[in-house]
Amino acid sequence: MAVPVDNLTKPTPPSSTLRFAFGNVIAFFILLLIGVLAFSIRLFSVIKYESVIHEFDPYFNYRVTQFLTKNGIYDFWNWFDDRTWYPLGRVIGGTVYPGLTLTAGTIWEVLQSLNIPLSVETVCVFTAPVFSAFAAWATYLLTKEVKGTGAGLTAAVLLAMVPSYISRSVAGSYDNEAVAIFALIFTFYLYIKTLNTGSLFYATLNSIAYFYMVCSWGGYTFIINLIPMHVLLCIVTGRYSSRLYIAYAPLVVLGTLLAALVPVVGFNAVMTSEHFASFLVFIVIHVVALAYYIKGILSPKMFKVAATLVVSVGLVVCCAVVAILLAVVASSPTKGWSGRSLSLLDPTYASKYIPIIASVSEHQPPTWPSYFMDLNVLAFLVPAGIIACFAPLSDASSFVILYLVMSVYFSGVMVRLMLVLAPAACIMSGIALSEAFDVFTRSIKFYISNLSEFLQTDAGDTLPGNNVSPQNEVLKNEKKEDTLKERPSRKNKKKEKENIEKPSVKSKTEKRPLVLPVEASFFALFLTVLLGGFYVVHSVWAAAEAYSAPSIVLTSHSHDGLHVFDDFREAYAWLSHNTEVDDKVASWWDYGYQTTAMANRTVIVDNNTWNNTHIATVGTAMSSPEKAAWEIFNSLDVKYVLVVFGGLVGYPSDDINKFLWMVRIGGGVFPHIKEPDYLRDGQYRIDSQATPTMLNSLMYKLSYFRFVETDGGKGYDRVRRTEIGKKYFKLTHFEEVFTTHHWMVRIYKLKPQKNRIRGKTKKSKSKTSSTTPRSGTVKKNPWH
Amino acid sequence: MLVVGGNDGSDGGMVVVEGMSTWQYHLNLQSPNTSQLRSRTLNPNQNMEKFSIATVFIASISLLLALTRSFSVENPTDRRILVLLDDLALKSSHSIFFTSLQARGFELDFKLSDDPKIALQRYGQHLYDGLILFSPTTERFGGSLDVAAILDFVDSGKDLIVAADASASDLIRNIAAECGVDFDEDPSAVVIDHGSYAVSETEGDHTLIAADDFIYSDVLLGSTKIEAPVLFKGIGHSVNPANSLVLKVLSASQSAYSANPKSKLSSPPSLSGSSISLVSVVQARNNARFVFSGSLDLFSNKFFKSPVQKAGSSNKYAKSGNEQFVTELSKWVFHERGHLKAVNVRHHRVGETDEPAIYRINDDLQYSVEIYEWSGSSWEPYVANDVQVQFYMMSPYVLKTMSTNKKGLFHASFKVPDVYGVFQFKVEYQRLGYTSLSLAKQIPVRPFRHNEYERFIPTAFPYYGASFSTMAAFLIFSFVYLYSK
Repeated sequence: MAVPVDNLTKPTPPSSTLRFAFGNVIAFFILLLIGVLAFSIRLFSVIKYESVIHEFDPYFNYRVTQFLTKNGIYDFWNWFDDRTWYPLGRVIGGTVYPGLTLTAGTIWEVLQSLNIPLSVETVCVFTAPVFSAFAAWATYLLTKEVKGTGAGLTAAVLLAMVPSYISRSVAGSYDNEAVAIFALIFTFYLYIKTLNTGSLFYATLNSIAYFYMVCSWGGYTFIINLIPMHVLLCIVTGRYSSRLYIAYAPLVVLGTLLAALVPVVGFNAVMTSEHFASFLVFIVIHVVALAYYIKGILSPKMFKVAATLVVSVGLVVCCAVVAILLAVVASSPTKGWSGRSLSLLDPTYASKYIPIIASVSEHQPPTWPSYFMDLNVLAFLVPAGIIACFAPLSDASSFVILYLVMSVYFSGVMVRLMLVLAPAACIMSGIALSEAFDVFTRSIKFYISNLSEFLQTDAGDTLPGNNVSPQNEVLKNEKKEDTLKERPSRKNKKKEKENIEKPSVKSKTEKRPLVLPVEASFFALFLTVLLGGFYVVHSVWAAAEAYSAPSIVLTSHSHDGLHVFDDFREAYAWLSHNTEVDDKVASWWDYGYQTTAMANRTVIVDNNTWNNTHIATVGTAMSSPEKAAWEIFNSLDVKYVLVVFGGLVGYPSDDINKFLWMVRIGGGVFPHIKEPDYLRDGQYRIDSQATPTMLNSLMYKLSYFRFVETDGGKGYDRVRRTEIGKKYFKLTHFEEVFTTHHWMVRIYKLKPQKNRIRGKTKKSKSKTSSTTPRSGTVKKNPWH
Repeated sequence: MLVVGGNDGSDGGMVVVEGMSTWQYHLNLQSPNTSQLRSRTLNPNQNMEKFSIATVFIASISLLLALTRSFSVENPTDRRILVLLDDLALKSSHSIFFTSLQARGFELDFKLSDDPKIALQRYGQHLYDGLILFSPTTERFGGSLDVAAILDFVDSGKDLIVAADASASDLIRNIAAECGVDFDEDPSAVVIDHGSYAVSETEGDHTLIAADDFIYSDVLLGSTKIEAPVLFKGIGHSVNPANSLVLKVLSASQSAYSANPKSKLSSPPSLSGSSISLVSVVQARNNARFVFSGSLDLFSNKFFKSPVQKAGSSNKYAKSGNEQFVTELSKWVFHERGHLKAVNVRHHRVGETDEPAIYRINDDLQYSVEIYEWSGSSWEPYVANDVQVQFYMMSPYVLKTMSTNKKGLFHASFKVPDVYGVFQFKVEYQRLGYTSLSLAKQIPVRPFRHNEYERFIPTAFPYYGASFSTMAAFLIFSFVYLYSK
């Protein structure tokens, strides 16, 4: 909202420097307040719940950060974790994106050295809000490069409270995205900055920012594909300049070298096809640069000859390179694309081929309401922003448009990538709002000055003076930009000037008709402010109600007040106090990170789903009847089995609802598990119509064991809203050792092998009961 | 690589030596001295001043343990045995057997099976280490004793001898069935053998059998061969061949069958031939040992002393093999023989002595374990050449036979495979008659650290040369380009 303030102040020549200083100070304080806003809007979770790490992945990051602060960076780098993925273990140092952990660890170190004794957990909890303030500032910088300070401030305000980003960065949401969004925007800012200035200094900074992004999040591939696309777009639209070359070439070379330093990326930076686009464009930009160079030194006639020569040779080389690339890609399994990336290009890929990716809800395509929920009014402002970016179209604004288009596509593939769309939407909406305010306030100002002229009939010269002044201002800004751009190589200066002169002339011609009637201006201004108000209300509501739940503590409001369900921590505390340190706990992989972090027990699988077979083994065990499951778990040295059950309190994301995925993932590797066996006429049900395979599966039994005792014989499941199919049964191979207060987590222990093998009992005269398979073979029956 | 239902009842991380309670061993883990301590506490004369209060506390716990459970790790032989009899006359008619036990140091507590004061445990402590049921006709025990109590008794590692007879009650049959021994269901059936009966005065009585089909096992029956056949008169039983815990020690001959001798045989007998077992032993998974005999007379003085001649054989023995057979078997069942223990499981890198917390791939390591056998009075080194150690992660990556120094120490050295993960040192030693040894010790194996790779690889020198020459060339080019004007 600084824009109207800027424009309303009367630009008189003597006070103009003062006015700029004044505007800068105001902008600075606005930025400061935006930072405070971004930080504080994310504290609802701490105020409403407590200062606690949220969800699943953050627990792993928290555990890694603890390890880092305790053992130092080298031990972290070389950390082989023997408490997850038993018995395979996991090389943590080589398989995590270390950016977040190193960031929080560094913050903690700095605070410690300043004698500020914050716990690691506190630092982790507040990393995300702090970085969302940084992200807002980065948005300001980026948008400022595209459309000036006003748009920058508006975009920063919008980003500070965009619900999509809040959902990933509330206090306690200690995940990679928390710092990665900042890194993403900042990298884009530095790219645009380099593009605008042609400064090698910014290009180097850009590579370093890209390195930080690579350290932080797997989403860095978005950058390394988007920027080449933009470069290609610039080249194709004839916008090639040495600034473009400086912005791009160092990024590819330095960025790729730096990216290869991150252990989890390593040689992937040059070997997987996600990165090939950047190399291809790297070649193209050199060819183009050479062409421009030759064009400069040759006469037009000579150039024509040279062009045909170069084009023919270049075509041959290109064909060869493409052929080599295709061969390399084709020779690698999955054609060089990882499953997640393939599911980006073909949205149906994952659900068709990789159930483990499809099973994660955040990998599903989003629904339309989620756009409104996560972006709110931005969804409507974005088109206006695109139009504003086209008038005038610059390198920077074309980049923003490209960024928006790509992120819209990707958010449509995977709901998680809505997060990448959010900054683009904020920038676009910021530009749109700022332009709108610009137009409306200018109209009003125009009207006021007209009015004053009308009242003071003697002042005849004021009208043209006033009318020109905004254009003067624009010119002044452009001159300033020019002076900035003069620093780079002199050869391109001419071209630049051409480039810049054109849009500014255009803008001059365009701005004159953009004066609206004053009533319409006032009304539109009012509506725009109202729109912004709605957005603020929605965002605060989203931050307070929708996105602040830590998901390990749940609450529900009912007619008799607030209920708190703290069952998860109850269960994990039970595990850590009542089991041996080296005991293995099996559960579905969702709870792996929490179990290792909170209960400090070894788990079989966890949320880092790197080994499909291992997960399929657990899925198979959960889908098998008790005896087979016991054998699988026993072979993995499992002592305890943990299941999450929401049937008593109506917690919908429990293991029974995830069970079909266990069946699918298990069946994908072990074909004796067949999904149709668990479905009655294609329907998933647990009532009396359920199939016997379903009712005998371990998951059903462990979930509903003794459940009928809770409501006196009915066995009514509040999630599935039905009575369960099999109510009274006993467990033969497992024993219940702990069930939490609301029955949300149930822990079972594997019974030990029977001490004796029973013979024929007197009562059962049939011989069949005593047939026990031979011990020691695979089909051994340890139980009879 | 998944081995579904692999045969390991052991849990990773902790060495579980069968025959010891888990938490007892846990004491061992907490302080390496404890096992040594326990032996000290057994001899309270030795001074203990130098131990701290905490150590004394641990020691007193183990002392308590040692007092309350004389079936301990250090001394696995049973001490106190409850003998339940149908009739006190058995005490004198089977006195040779009982005296031999007492002579070997057992305290026998004779009770009538319907004695209302019978109790196997008091205040949660077991009063006896072994139980002899010479009460085949008892339908109900006195006191609190029932099938469940007996099963609980054996499941806590205690030993059991059960002798049935022609009139065996359902109670005895149920106990046997719970342990995997199925006595003939026909209550009036006895084992009849027209081929290898014992020649006796009353011609035509072929229910007194001279059995000599012993199991081939020095551990079970002693190293001295039993020459004379064993006299047997009673009922037969069958065991499930799939049951790996039960062994037929004395089998009937091919010509034996199980039927009522007084009635005419109308249908084929349910049990016949060598599938009939006369005496069987069971070693439960917790190494509790049971003997089931279909004949109570087998243990009697009369059979011990009587001469024996097998039908169709001219060999006449002055004394039956019963005494030797029963004595040797009782030595086994009361853990005077065939009881192994494994101690001092050690592993370390070659050239080091300390046990590392983690190995690296391709490390060379040494694994050693000491195995001793209980001789009835002391632990003797166990000598065998078939003890194998596995380096196991879901399946054995290394399986190596350990060499022994004949003084109980078994050791093997091998290279850690080029696979990282959480491995286990496993020793699964199951031999006929011996207690099963099942050791598992968890040890993680990590990949190379970042600075454990070679810094310069000779084959890569062209690449090093290329990069450095490019750098130099670029430098020179820059100088030439900048300053050549």
